[in-house]
Amino acid sequence: MSALSPAIQDREELVENPYLPYPVRIDDIVVETEDRNLKTFKFVFLNEQDEKKFDYHAGQFAELSIPGKGEIPIGIASSPVEKGFVMFTVNKAGVVTTHLHNMKVGDIMGIRGPLGNWFPWEMLEGKNVLLVGGGFAFTTLRSSIVYMIDPANRSKFGNITVVYGARTPGMLLYKNELIEWEKRDDIDMHITVDATDDPDWKYNVGFVPPVTEEKAPQGDENTYAIVCGPPIMIKFTQPVLEKLGYTHDRIIMSLENRMKCGIGMCGRCNIGRELVCKDGPVFTLEQINQTPREY
Amino acid sequence: MDSHRINQLTHQRINQSRRDTDMKIVAIDKKDWEKGLDRLREAYRLIGPVKEDRYHYFRELPQGQAPDFDFFNTRISAKEIVYPQSEDLFEYTLDETKEDYHLLKEVEKDYSPKAVLGIRPCDAKAVELVKLNFDTDDYKDPYWLRAWEATTFVGLACDSPCSTCFCTTAGCGPYHEEGLDVLLADDGDRYVAKVLTEKGENFMKAAGWTEGAEAEARFESGKSAAEEKIVSTVSTEKLRSADTLALHGNEEMWEDISFSCINCGTCTFVCPTCWCFDIQDEVHGKQGRRMRNWDSCMFPIFTVHTTGHNPRGTKLQRVRQRFMHKLKYFVDKYDAGIMCVGCGRCVQQCPVNIDIRRVCDLMDRYGATDACAVEG
Repeated sequence: MSALSPAIQDREELVENPYLPYPVRIDDIVVETEDRNLKTFKFVFLNEQDEKKFDYHAGQFAELSIPGKGEIPIGIASSPVEKGFVMFTVNKAGVVTTHLHNMKVGDIMGIRGPLGNWFPWEMLEGKNVLLVGGGFAFTTLRSSIVYMIDPANRSKFGNITVVYGARTPGMLLYKNELIEWEKRDDIDMHITVDATDDPDWKYNVGFVPPVTEEKAPQGDENTYAIVCGPPIMIKFTQPVLEKLGYTHDRIIMSLENRMKCGIGMCGRCNIGRELVCKDGPVFTLEQINQTPREY
Repeated sequence: MDSHRINQLTHQRINQSRRDTDMKIVAIDKKDWEKGLDRLREAYRLIGPVKEDRYHYFRELPQGQAPDFDFFNTRISAKEIVYPQSEDLFEYTLDETKEDYHLLKEVEKDYSPKAVLGIRPCDAKAVELVKLNFDTDDYKDPYWLRAWEATTFVGLACDSPCSTCFCTTAGCGPYHEEGLDVLLADDGDRYVAKVLTEKGENFMKAAGWTEGAEAEARFESGKSAAEEKIVSTVSTEKLRSADTLALHGNEEMWEDISFSCINCGTCTFVCPTCWCFDIQDEVHGKQGRRMRNWDSCMFPIFTVHTTGHNPRGTKLQRVRQRFMHKLKYFVDKYDAGIMCVGCGRCVQQCPVNIDIRRVCDLMDRYGATDACAVEG
C-alpha cells in the first residue's frame, strides 16, 4: 500500500510519546520529617536536553516512574527558577512511594511531565498573595514561594503572606528554608504547629485555620489565596477565608485524585467533565463549586 | 514539532482524504469475493467476524478464511482492533549489570495496514467518538493513533437489526457512514460498496473491485427499510440543557437505577465507546514491561486513593459516573451528542437488566423538568 505508507511514516515521526518518561538519576535524598515518612528526592536528567523540555511552572506535577513498580503523580517541589535539577517531596504510602523510599543516590528512574495546569501566575502579577499550607501538601507552595521571591520576580507581586502548619515542629518540611524566609522582610511568614512541648519553639501554636484568621490579610479584589492541605484543613479554612472577604474566584486550590496517565486519557480522575490531571490540578473554588466534587 | 501543528496536519489529512474522493459505488460479485480477499492479503492483515461457540468475535482472518457475515453484531465491540484489551507500552531490564538498566524502551509493534471487514456502522461511529479522547490538542496517544491510521474500516450495513438496537436515536444508524472508509450492503448475489474515503479507494483497488454500479437506490431503500425496523429509541434532547449538579444530585433516581447493579463491569467491557484504561508494570525475572489494560469505572479500585479515601466508593456513585459521563459530561464537553451509539450490547449482556435506554430517558425527562422549573 504505497499510498498509505508515507502517511504512517509521517505520523510516527510526528508523534512524541507522552507516556515515555525522561530518564533521571537520583542525585540527593533528604529525610524531611521526624517520622522519616517524607523524603525529598533531587533528580538530575540523564540527557541534558531533557531538562529544557521539562519546562514547568510552579503548581504543576509529574509522574515519578519506577520501572517494575509503576508511576505516581507528585507535585513538583523545586521551582522553575532553580536550574540543574528537579525536586520532589514524597510521602511513603503505597507500592511506588515505598519502593522509592528504599532507593539510593545514583539509582536510575524516570520522570514524566510536567503535567497539569499551574497557579495562575500571570493573573497574580501585581496582586497580594496569601499561601495557606498544611502538612506535606506544602511542596508546590515551596515551588511558588521560591519563584515569587526570586530577585527577578519579587517586584511583580504585592504582599506575600504564608501560613504553614504541621502537627509538630519535626513534621515541617524544608525547615532551613522556612527559617531563612522568616528572616526576610519581603515575605510575611506564619509557621505554626498543632502542638509542641519544645520550650524553644518561637513560632505559632495552633491549627492552620485559626492562625489564618488571625494573621492573614483581608481579602479584596487585589488579593488571592492559594490553599493546599489535607481535606480537614481545607474544610475549616474555607469559612475563615470567606469571613476575611475572599470571594470564591480568588480562592485557588490544588486537587488530588487517583491518576494513571496524567494526560487526560485514562478516565479516572474526573470531577464531572473536568479532569483533575489535565484541566487541573489547580482550580478556583468557584470552578470547583460547579463540579460534583468527586475528589 | 509542537502538538498544535500535529493536530493541524491530522485534520488536513482527514479532510483531504474525504474531499478527494468522489463518492462512488462499486459492485462486488460474491463469486469474486474470496479472490479479492486473497489479493487484499498481500497488502493488509484482514480482520472480520468469526463465529466461536455461540457468538461472533473479530478475529484475524488467515488465508482461506472469509469473514462470516451471517451475524447481527459481534459479542464484543470492534474497539479492540485499534485499542487492544491489553497492550505493551514499554519494556525494560531490571538487571543492574546491563547498560540500559531501568531505561524504558518502546516495544516494537506491527502497524502495517490492516482492514476490518464487516464492522457495523455503530462500532465505526464509536471509534470516531473514542478518537476525541485519544487525539487532543494537547496530547496524542501514539499507540491508539498509529493503530487507527493503519486500519481501513470496511463496514457492513445492518439490514436485520436486533431488538436492542437504538442507533437511530443515538446519533447513528444502520447505514451510518461516519468512521467508515467503505460501506458494504448485501445485494443478493453481490455486495454493493460505497467508497467513502481515499483509504477506502485504495482498499478497493487492492482488492481489484473496481466495477462501478448504479446502486444508489439499493442504499436508499435499504436504509429506510432498516431504520423502520429499529423501534427502540432514546430521548436525548434535554440532556444538554439539564443542570449537571441537579442531575448528579438526584439521589433518588440514581438509587433506583443502581439498585440492582453488581459492578461486574460487563457494560464497560462490551461497550464500543468506553475507553478507560489502567497502566501496570509486570515483571518476569529481570525483564519488565509497562502495559495498559482496559479498566472500568465500575470497580472501586478505579478511583481509590492510597489513603483509602474513595471519591466514588459506593455503587451508586460508580453507576452514576458511568451514565453521567456518557450522557451528560461528554455531551457538554464535546458537543458531539451522547457517548453511546445505540449498539445495545450493554442492554443484552447486563446480568441484572440495567437498560441504558431507560436511564437515558430518565435523565432526559429530569432535564426537561429541570428546564421547566427554571423557566417557571
